[in-house]
Amino acid sequence: MIEFKLPSLGADMDEGKLLEWKVKPGDAVNKGQVVAIVDTSKAAVDVESWQEGTVAELIVAPGEKIPVGTVLATLLEPGEKPGAMRPAPKSAGLPPSAVPIALATPVAASAPASRRMVSPAARKHAQEHGIDIDTVPGTGPRGAVTREDVEAAVRAKPTAQPAAAPLDKSAEMRRAIAAAMARSKREIPHYYVAESIPMGTALAWLTQENAERTMAERLLPAALLLKAVAVALTRFPELNGFFRNGAFQAAAKVHVGVAISLRQGGLVAPALLDADTKPLTRLMQELTDLVKRCRAGSLRSSEMSEPTITVTNLGDQGTEAVFGVIYPPQVALIGFGRIVVRPWAENGGLKLMPAVTASLSADHRVSDGHRGALFLMALAELLQHPEELNQ
Amino acid sequence: MNDADIRAVALATLKSIAPEIEEAELRPERPLRQQIDLDSMDWLNFLLGLHEKLKLEIPEADYAKLVTLDDLVAYLSAKLR
Repeated sequence: MIEFKLPSLGADMDEGKLLEWKVKPGDAVNKGQVVAIVDTSKAAVDVESWQEGTVAELIVAPGEKIPVGTVLATLLEPGEKPGAMRPAPKSAGLPPSAVPIALATPVAASAPASRRMVSPAARKHAQEHGIDIDTVPGTGPRGAVTREDVEAAVRAKPTAQPAAAPLDKSAEMRRAIAAAMARSKREIPHYYVAESIPMGTALAWLTQENAERTMAERLLPAALLLKAVAVALTRFPELNGFFRNGAFQAAAKVHVGVAISLRQGGLVAPALLDADTKPLTRLMQELTDLVKRCRAGSLRSSEMSEPTITVTNLGDQGTEAVFGVIYPPQVALIGFGRIVVRPWAENGGLKLMPAVTASLSADHRVSDGHRGALFLMALAELLQHPEELNQ
Repeated sequence: MNDADIRAVALATLKSIAPEIEEAELRPERPLRQQIDLDSMDWLNFLLGLHEKLKLEIPEADYAKLVTLDDLVAYLSAKLR
């Protein structure tokens, strides 16, 4: 029996609301198939199955808010017969929203008796309604404070203090970004390096390349920059991965998260998967598709949960440089400013050169400024050979 | 197709990318991208939308000429003639 759990779709997500099931009991499910749509603080996300099987039971109903890690459904493994194993109980009869995910971690025997378990959903609900979580009595397993406990506390609040109005979507997104960025600045010792990279050769190559392409196939400089980052990262594994549980885990693949601003405010950073292996034409198509789906609100869970690094590119309407905040648990972020024409000294002479300022924000627990600087130099070198990036 | 029709097509395409724009507040003689927050991907999609609706090619070398809405209408009008 496979337990299909609500995945974390980013450091700023601790719960989601199931909007819709795309499968029903008895349906065969393939790896990568979209099985549900879940609303996060940032967007409605198509959640994919990571395993093959047959849907046995849908445990969570549309409309329910559930913490990350909650079992949404059970699947029969290929070849497994229905009834061979009993479906997972719904946590001793409690609705999934009441299950504190802290229960998944055994409580150490030496843990102080006064330490309380609080589900992320309960904590969030308490924050939204201005309730001090420490004053809420817990009625969940082992005294855990559940969302229902907080709801009871909200109802018990004097009417002279009306409950806060529900947060609208953009306020909710801003709160999620604030939480992730505050965590980043609190936990990650950032260091920063920057380099001005000449783009004359790259832009000349792009102009020539685009002149031979149809409008729909033209490349933006962003595609070239993203590919160069991805290729450079294969030589600097300490910048590509995650810092979890006090240790760095290098990622086996390069999934570049692309920061995309939304017209209504806020941003998301879904991933271009395996960006180092894709030709520029494909990368550009995927980037176009990602931006379109991002703004239409139809992202996939794999894109949201898998970036191994993030790139923020201010583009041609931005400022000359940007120094970003790392998105935890990632360990680095690359920033590109606007490409500007500058006076450029070369071979003892002065000329005009389009150039871009590339910056690296990196986690000092994992890498040092020397390696960070070498990474930017490697990036600059790759961008002098754009034709080699088109492979 | 006259200039008014072209302007209407351009505005409709623009609104499909930036639904928040208020037509009445757009100054046709001022740089479009200074009035509307259009990044390079939005701009590319805008031009692609015009290409699909009007069935004409816009070479990348001409992008720099398309600064204001008036520029755009004049350029498209000449191409359609």
